[in-house]
Amino acid sequence: MIRSLRWKGAAFTVPFQLGFVFLYLLPIGYAIHQSLFLQKQSGLGLGGATTEFVGLENYQQGLTDSAFMTSILRVVLFACVQIPFMLLVSLVLALFLDAVTSKVAGRFRIMLLVPYMIPGVVAAIVWINLYSPEVGPLTPLGELFGFDWNFFDPSMVWPAIGNLLTWHGIGYNMVIIYSALQGVPRELFEAARLDGASELRIALSIKVPFVRGALVLTALLSIIQMLQIFNEPALFRNVTPETISDSFTPIMIIYNQAFNAANYHYAAALSVLLALMLGVASFLFYRLTSREAD
Amino acid sequence: MALTENRKENGEKNGKKNGAETAAGPSRGGAVRWRTRPDPAARSRGGQRFLLLGLVLAGAYSLFPVYWLIIAATKDRVGLYQSNGLWFSDFHLWENLQQVFTYEDGIFLRWTANSFLYAGVGSLGGTLIALATGYGLARFDFPGRGVVFAAVVGSFLIPIALLTLPLYLMFSKIGLVDTPWAMLIPCLINPFSVYLAKVYTEATIPFELLEAARIDGAGELRIFFSIVLRMMTTGGATVFLLAFVNTWNAFFLPLTVLRGQENWTLNLGLYNWTGKRSESGIDLTSLVLTGALLSIIPMAIMMVAMRRYWRTGVTMGALK
Repeated sequence: MIRSLRWKGAAFTVPFQLGFVFLYLLPIGYAIHQSLFLQKQSGLGLGGATTEFVGLENYQQGLTDSAFMTSILRVVLFACVQIPFMLLVSLVLALFLDAVTSKVAGRFRIMLLVPYMIPGVVAAIVWINLYSPEVGPLTPLGELFGFDWNFFDPSMVWPAIGNLLTWHGIGYNMVIIYSALQGVPRELFEAARLDGASELRIALSIKVPFVRGALVLTALLSIIQMLQIFNEPALFRNVTPETISDSFTPIMIIYNQAFNAANYHYAAALSVLLALMLGVASFLFYRLTSREAD
Repeated sequence: MALTENRKENGEKNGKKNGAETAAGPSRGGAVRWRTRPDPAARSRGGQRFLLLGLVLAGAYSLFPVYWLIIAATKDRVGLYQSNGLWFSDFHLWENLQQVFTYEDGIFLRWTANSFLYAGVGSLGGTLIALATGYGLARFDFPGRGVVFAAVVGSFLIPIALLTLPLYLMFSKIGLVDTPWAMLIPCLINPFSVYLAKVYTEATIPFELLEAARIDGAGELRIFFSIVLRMMTTGGATVFLLAFVNTWNAFFLPLTVLRGQENWTLNLGLYNWTGKRSESGIDLTSLVLTGALLSIIPMAIMMVAMRRYWRTGVTMGALK
């Protein structure tokens, strides 16, 4: 390519590059910088606060902060249950859609995507009200079938949030898996049928392995989202503060440290830690699943 | 990326079978069209019935909360707490709407306008920047191109908290916190939009066309604004739509950078109302529910109007 043309091409990306530096690189650098300092009260707290360089002290504190570690463990354990369940349902529905007539598939695809287009905050508001013993229909419905459930009970909070996330996420994941399914060469099915394979067998032995890539991708995206979960617990906390503490998820702790405790330095260290863990988790997951594929 | 190619091939195969809408594929307007490929041999009657039953159940699960929300929005307080939750009682939708729009001097309208401003203007600017960047990355070979693209893809992994907190501190130093700029500026830079724009450019803008335009003496800017942008209408619409939805749905960023309620988004306002109802004496439940229903409407309209495009966007987004 001609030299001058190259630079003209590069010029098209300049606004983005400038913005990226200002809105991504600078904040990350600033967060890392902030995480190395700590506000300390001098004297008896009368002399005002001074900011001191403390090195990795904030990180040390974060790694031994039982509330932070508990919140991460809580979210990880929850992810281990909710994500496989949601992806399994999405996969089954995608397989169902793949096997019905295109007209039927089109209709149901839209129906299943309705929850996805609803803003997360609104979705949480709706489900919280559905769960509510005063307003929602689920409590009387449960009584009808002999269940005496209270969704705001500490033991029910995760299933309640899990159902909300599953409801919200099925459509999107299904679409991704379904579009991967559409790429399977139909000739493979013909051949398998001639060999006497059942439809179930075809689904399990041909279709599912074929969409492995899509499954890995949806799982990775879900893990990233789950470690950062904030909206849903924040809204639940608005209604049942006694069930959901303000240190329920990692991001809730970070937000509280920054805005309620005004401890930006510690909050910055925690968000860097969370980013590192997220990177490690994604990397491990990717390595594990891609090794399996070989 | 492999999937796009796959789909392209399928398009061609399909065309040979069905004759009609073939060459449409990725070349027309840049959208890779959705194509359902039936597999007729798979259909036994009993099996189909089983599949339908499963889909109907899943559909009911998906739609039930929306159905309930619509019904709940038509009820007054008494109806909400005492009538059957699954069916209409006395119709109070108009009163509820009036309440939503007049409560606290009509702050709800202000929030709606803010949401439209942030999502509309922010996404428009963001889309333009993304299209230029995507075009630059896809059609020019300049030093550092790989680095820029790596930054785009790598930034998908950065947690929001890591960006939002320092951004808040930086914005508060230059006096942007609590102004519309605190929401608008971050919307301008969206790596995911850039990624999509690059994919669309690769599918839409042939090198030969650019060569021809250059030989005819058109400048690079002119080529971008009068040829590339025009050919990217469909791709651009998808990028805009997804960015709009993202901004409309945003919660953590506005919660962090917007303090006074006159700059809030709909989401932030509704969140605040859910908190109020358990604190003070007023019951805001029907207000929250009617407001929630209202805030879905723009999404529903956009989704229906641009069904064909956004579906493509969602799946293309999955191909990274």
